[in-house]
Amino acid sequence: MPKNNDIQKVLVIGSGPIVIGQAAEFDYAGTQACRALREEGIKVVLVNSNPATIMTDPELADSVYIEPLTVPVIENIIKKEKPDSMLATLGGQTGLNLAMELFESGVLDKHGVRMLGTNADSIKKAEDREEFKTLMSAIGEPVIESVIANTPEQALAFASVHGYPLIVRPAYTLGGTGGGIAHNERELAEICKSGLSASRVNEVLIEKSVAGYKEIEYEVMRDAKGNCITFCNMENIDPVGIHTGDSIVVAPSQTLRDAEYQMLRSASLKIISALNIQGGCNVQFALDTDSMRYYVIEVNPRVSRSSALASKATGYPIAKMAAKIAVGYGLDELKNGVTGKTYACFEPTLDYVVVKFPRWPFDKFTTADKQLGTRMKATGEVMAIGANFESAFLKAVRSLELKLDSLEFPFASALSDEELISRILEQDDERIFLIATALRRGVSVSRLHELTAIDPWYLTKLKDIIGIEEAFAAEKSGALNRNFLLKAKRMGFSDSAIARLTGKRENEIRQLRLSLGICPTFKMVDTCGAEFDAVSPYYYSTYDQENEAKTPKNKTVVVLGSGPIRIGQGIEFDYCSVHCIWALKKAGFDTVIINNNPETVSTDFDTSDRLYFEPLTPEDVGNVLEQEKPEGVIVQFGGQTAIKLAKAVEEMGYPIIGTSLRSIDRAEDRKEFEALLESLNIRRPKARTVFTESQAVEAAQALGYPVLVRPSYVLGGQGMEIAYGDDDIREYMRIIGRYEQEHPVLVDKYMLGLELEVDAISDGRDILIPGIMEHIERAGVHSGDSISVYPARRISEKQQDELIDITRRLAIALNVKGIVNIQFVISGGEIYVIEVNPRSSRTVPYISKVTGVPMIDLAVRASLGEPLGQMGYGTGLYPKRRVTAVKVPVFSFEKLPLVEVGLGPEMKSTGEVLGISEDYSEALLKGIIASGMALPKEKGAVLLTVADNDKQELIPIAAVLDYLGYDIYATRGTANVLNFNFVAANAVSKLSKDPDGIGGLFESGRLRLILNTPTKGRRADRDGFRIRRMAVERRIPCITSLDTARVLLQSMKSGRTDADLKPLSLSDIQE
Amino acid sequence: MAILTLEDGTRFVGESFGAKDDIIGEVVFNTGMTGYQEVLTDPSYCGQIVTMTYPLIGNYGVNQTDPESAKPQVSGFIAREVCGEPSNWRSEGGLDQYLSDNGIVGLSGIDTRALTRIIREKGTMRGIITQSEPTEAQLADMRGYVCHMPVDKVTCAKPYVFSDGSLKVAVLDFGLKRNILRSLKKRGCGVTVFPARTSAQTILAGDFDGVMLTNGPGDPKENAEVIENVKMLIGRKPIFGICLGHQLLALAMGADTEKLKYGHRGANHPVKDLGKDRVYITSQNHGYTVIERSLPRGCEVSHRNWNDGTVEGIAYSDYDMFTVQFHPEASPGPEDTAYLFDEFISRMRKAHA
Repeated sequence: MPKNNDIQKVLVIGSGPIVIGQAAEFDYAGTQACRALREEGIKVVLVNSNPATIMTDPELADSVYIEPLTVPVIENIIKKEKPDSMLATLGGQTGLNLAMELFESGVLDKHGVRMLGTNADSIKKAEDREEFKTLMSAIGEPVIESVIANTPEQALAFASVHGYPLIVRPAYTLGGTGGGIAHNERELAEICKSGLSASRVNEVLIEKSVAGYKEIEYEVMRDAKGNCITFCNMENIDPVGIHTGDSIVVAPSQTLRDAEYQMLRSASLKIISALNIQGGCNVQFALDTDSMRYYVIEVNPRVSRSSALASKATGYPIAKMAAKIAVGYGLDELKNGVTGKTYACFEPTLDYVVVKFPRWPFDKFTTADKQLGTRMKATGEVMAIGANFESAFLKAVRSLELKLDSLEFPFASALSDEELISRILEQDDERIFLIATALRRGVSVSRLHELTAIDPWYLTKLKDIIGIEEAFAAEKSGALNRNFLLKAKRMGFSDSAIARLTGKRENEIRQLRLSLGICPTFKMVDTCGAEFDAVSPYYYSTYDQENEAKTPKNKTVVVLGSGPIRIGQGIEFDYCSVHCIWALKKAGFDTVIINNNPETVSTDFDTSDRLYFEPLTPEDVGNVLEQEKPEGVIVQFGGQTAIKLAKAVEEMGYPIIGTSLRSIDRAEDRKEFEALLESLNIRRPKARTVFTESQAVEAAQALGYPVLVRPSYVLGGQGMEIAYGDDDIREYMRIIGRYEQEHPVLVDKYMLGLELEVDAISDGRDILIPGIMEHIERAGVHSGDSISVYPARRISEKQQDELIDITRRLAIALNVKGIVNIQFVISGGEIYVIEVNPRSSRTVPYISKVTGVPMIDLAVRASLGEPLGQMGYGTGLYPKRRVTAVKVPVFSFEKLPLVEVGLGPEMKSTGEVLGISEDYSEALLKGIIASGMALPKEKGAVLLTVADNDKQELIPIAAVLDYLGYDIYATRGTANVLNFNFVAANAVSKLSKDPDGIGGLFESGRLRLILNTPTKGRRADRDGFRIRRMAVERRIPCITSLDTARVLLQSMKSGRTDADLKPLSLSDIQE
Repeated sequence: MAILTLEDGTRFVGESFGAKDDIIGEVVFNTGMTGYQEVLTDPSYCGQIVTMTYPLIGNYGVNQTDPESAKPQVSGFIAREVCGEPSNWRSEGGLDQYLSDNGIVGLSGIDTRALTRIIREKGTMRGIITQSEPTEAQLADMRGYVCHMPVDKVTCAKPYVFSDGSLKVAVLDFGLKRNILRSLKKRGCGVTVFPARTSAQTILAGDFDGVMLTNGPGDPKENAEVIENVKMLIGRKPIFGICLGHQLLALAMGADTEKLKYGHRGANHPVKDLGKDRVYITSQNHGYTVIERSLPRGCEVSHRNWNDGTVEGIAYSDYDMFTVQFHPEASPGPEDTAYLFDEFISRMRKAHA
């Protein structure tokens, strides 16, 4: 079936901000889909609220709308753009839910927009638990005994028949929000309650637990003709019970016989045929470990995180194929782009092993509940490819950037054997390393299998790795012979691990193995196990006989990517890396990317000229550089991950293109940086550099509290806190001391004031500032968590000039070639520089889109030596656009129990949205609606409880709430102040004192907003902490900064709703 | 240590596993990621040294449920890495021991991808696995190696009844995979298996509802006697042929076959059923193919390989018979084309009625 020519203009819906459970994979999918559609001459209208994505680039669609993802907003866009069709299966659960709402509310029919690909009926059958169950039993596919419950009582009734443990899954949520495993009545009632409120349709599924079964996934494609294939199968190392997003996943399955593999494969095809899927689909199974019994757990009738992973694991471009199928093509008409010869209608075969390892945010959220279960907690993931399981696994460990390069896990050494076993049973993020520790201590594979239900095959492989570690440790130099070293390298051991185990230096090991002729070889990921000659230049390293990578003919530049998505280093760095590649291609270079994140556009096999899927460590990067012999390496766009590698790259003799290593050090080394500012006569908050706890206390006392403490060389304010007293300092030093202290700790005077930020492009002689951003929250809230406004509104002309001048002088003094991010605070009318980052930042994508200045393109050209003045965008401050853009952070607190909700100097947000308008208050409202922070239309109660220092400032805010018609409740102290100032407030007693007080207010269901500022630094006022958590778990907006509250109310005062918002496309802005 | 030497002189040095012996064979590769025990026991691999492109082999051990014939049939077996401690509820032992017990020579620890690329570029080659440096005489033997009439080596010695059922099927065993029999039995067929050289008269005397021509090893044209027998079955009974059976029937009808450069062996080959306009993923194992332009009138291509366009199935308009090159019995591989057995059943029913 060829393309359907009735399709002329397609609306593509993106997945919105990055949250846990929905990350960069949908940018990858959306980007591929937009390209695939435009290749067909179809016009694409794209809507996504997430400005950090590549898919929202003006080049990727005919019209791009960075607008809130709500039905009224989309309807307005449909009215304006008049698309004939819509594609919604590539925007994650957000896109799918929105599409269903548009369909169910009749908007699509009304405007004659048809749904492409999998239709609404199929989506409903797959997503609605009851309909799905009915369909499965009709086609004879087994599903787990379950019941739909709308009240906890219904759940308890089911439990009395089927017993425990039971799994609770809310309907229509992503990443399993609000679900969990209940072992008894009390737990069931509790989980049901949170599940019901998390569900869009107040519905949970209660099902019998098959925890301990193998979790197996199939990625399936089907076209309208009925051709269907499974393009990847995957086995979760962690058994059923741990969310697949939090599981270590292996492709292909390792422990399934062909009979089992084919049984589940056939079931997958049967299911997607019965669902009439047209596009991609993910099917999850639970497979018994000692029979052929299986259950269908779940079907995702869309492109998913797993399918993005499968796409990178096999080289099969799922999103592209899904888009082509949606416009009418059959799989038998589409070519396999990897081989260039065969068709898309085949099943990739792998001749390597892929391991996906989740990246959790617990290095930042040290207090979080780290137990893994049905609710996903990982922010991102890494993927590694090896010729065997061990090497893929060890590469994945290295890629996580947790300072681990083997199964050695120093933190476990303090645990007794009993503690170790109980930690293993807790199933937390460190589980696999704890299991390794247990194996090292002699616990048997069979015992660990009993404890964890992890297949003995994987446990044995871990044991084999430990065997090698122990041999190195025992025999030292004796183990450093050619055979044993080659064996270890083939198993994925890094030079650094071997060096540590044998008491040598990394470079000694490297020299030794080179002298023994042990060199990496690169193998191609070609979808076909070498059966056909492939054209895709997608490689992984191994230690084998034949090297398939060819010596490049053209001048080559290597770009270092940014690794897994984590808090503080998100999708925006992938945006920058991809743009860097595009700019280098334009400049005539062959481009090479090294990265390990399977979710991203940068790791798509046709983004760069050559892709190396490798860990970002000096050794792994060095191997690629030896192969590619590039003209230079670009480190400034891959976040701190890439910057950290600058030194190693230079030591290996490859030039850094752009800002030099020397300049990076000058900006990042506090002492040098202070000296630089001193010499330039630029103010900065007073600061000291310390190494020990007592030095830190002394420094803090000398500077005067409050102070900021943080390790040097950080991103996203990792390990950064405000300290109000000596105790705080001592506690922080202990926490951050947990991770190896290569670098000193900084103690800065904490300055209250207006925070500003610029990203400037420099050629070392002059600068271009596309725009100045201003933060809504005063300094002290991390810039990534602040609402940020472009252009800055609260600075004077003089201050603006001074800011430009400082930026220019700093950029020239640091000899910045490329991009630099500078953060300022204005306190007492004076401008202070807080931070200079000689690299791209998270604000680059949004400022590029709003101002129309192609920042990365210019930065790359400047890095390559082109004078800034000749690029056509001028120098100094770029003229302000007529619009205001408001960036609002988005958090994933509901996925992370026990994490402090209050904002501070440490970054906590996982994503962001943007509101753009000609009018400031509309831009603000758009941002707030898009972030999900907006209050519902029904009035109700608000709870105000703020620190003493904040009480006076609260009065006008409370007055607005009163004016808007909310009933104000406040804790005693706060209520007193309000009532005294003629704002009527009901006093409620604290949580800890009276369960009917605040607790009752929560139960009433009338609470619409909570405004709570932490009382005293981060010393947890436990009540406040609990209130904030309760709010998050009940999905009640909880504001912890008065500045945020002020703008939120300002946007509400207008009385406008999302239906009143005027959609603006990026091209509208530039006109 | 063990060494693989190819006829072009290429050498791979690896580890020995299974039987410690020297063995000559035709070196081929299979791209399936699962199903090594089914591959090992598939009689169509007679005379061949099979390389698995998937690097980890033996993960789930071996058992008595999965074999496709009584014993491993390959001459030699090559894997990147052989699992020493398999894990699966059905596992009854490891691959290494299984091959030793059955006298099959194994080679592991070599760059199987490099070997595959060589075969892909140069075509299937003869090779020898030796436990030490091969002698000149061994190499000369290898270069002159031909596996004559392998069908005779793998067919059953005498007829036997596999199952009872309402429809009676005579199966001509050219080196059959058990799942062909199971697929017929599952559909209620009474299955009787005959040796390859059984005469047409014997078959026709048996009051069968249909004849199944099975898979098997080697160059189809070598089987002159069988082809003559098959000729005499044409038009007398509904016939369904798989793999070698497909080639033999085509030869019997006057078509020609030729050797493919490196064959099709794996579980991911797309085949279009031209009648249904649908592509199915198939299990394949063949080194020869029916030449399309040699097909006489009345023989139409019904299935086509969607990768290289070769003939994968033939519909015979003048007779009640049809054949496919791929393996609808799967095992190992996808079960997507099992519907062809249903088609055979319905043809037999129609003819019976």
